Amino acid sequence: MRARIETWLWIAQRASAVVLAFCVVVHLATIVHAVQGGLSAAEILARTRGNGAWLAFYSLFVLAAAVHAPIGLRSVLGEWLGWRGRSRGVFVFLFGAMMAAMGLRAAMAVFG
Amino acid sequence: MERDVLDVRVWRGGADGAFQSFEVPRHPSQTVLDVVTYIQRSLDPTLAYRFACRVGMCGSCAMTVNGVARWTCRTHVDKVSEGGALSVAPLRNLPVIRDLVTDMREFFDKWAAARGSFTGRRTRADDFEAVRPDSPDRVRADAGIECIGCAVCYSSCEVVSWNPAYLGPAALNRAWTLVCDERDAGKAERLRAVAGDAGCHACHTHLSCTARCPKHIAPTAGISGLKRAVLRAAMKGEL
Repeated sequence: MRARIETWLWIAQRASAVVLAFCVVVHLATIVHAVQGGLSAAEILARTRGNGAWLAFYSLFVLAAAVHAPIGLRSVLGEWLGWRGRSRGVFVFLFGAMMAAMGLRAAMAVFG
Repeated sequence: MERDVLDVRVWRGGADGAFQSFEVPRHPSQTVLDVVTYIQRSLDPTLAYRFACRVGMCGSCAMTVNGVARWTCRTHVDKVSEGGALSVAPLRNLPVIRDLVTDMREFFDKWAAARGSFTGRRTRADDFEAVRPDSPDRVRADAGIECIGCAVCYSSCEVVSWNPAYLGPAALNRAWTLVCDERDAGKAERLRAVAGDAGCHACHTHLSCTARCPKHIAPTAGISGLKRAVLRAAMKGEL
């Protein structure tokens, strides 16, 4: 059971990394494109407001990060602080949920 | 001009011990094991250390020489001394019994925990099971099978120092050679044993084991192979 959970966490982290690699490239390309000729909040909102494609993209980006980061943080906590067991699992789950909630809230804020 | 005397610092005592300095005459083609043996035979007979074959076959004389885990019998002083100075300490990541001798129990217990023993299907009444020398699995097993259990890799592994439950490069390399053994019947159980936080998924691929292995084995490659094998088993629901 433990081996299975650990393995699926590993798979989830690698799979989310693949999604993040794609999302980060798109995100950076967008930044480079967006700053041509200055950058303003109005310009960003003009691009994202009411645009379902950007909302879907940034929601995917947020969810991939919310899966990827807590699993990595879990390893860091285990190796650097010796924090293992159930309490660590609860902490990183809450951390991931917080990332997802804050990220999705931000994505929604520039959409609507 | 090199001095004809070596300044040697040798670890004395247990984990809370300290280095003791000795002066050892220098000789051509002198190995670090020669130096340690000279100290015990001529300067201080209470020095504890291990060795057996003296020719790189048994794996019992590994120590930390100038900060790096090595076989002392196959390490020439000329190659590692820094301005005629040498420090010799016990292997890292293992409990020190005394002086240069470590307790190897946890190292070998982890081989057992990684299901490092062969599980056959045939009995003595059956004929030999033929394995083609050029089959891909046999070639992969060959790459890791020459390990003699010296613990140089285990001592060099940062992950072992962070996560004492980590099985370590040698045990995982052994498990990988058995995963590649087409005659072995214990694969599912072995993959369960090596998956997870104490197993192959904990490896950071720092490659210290691969860089330091005196047999030029690449445990990191075997650990990557285990990750792939565990992934396949998980996808098939066999984990």
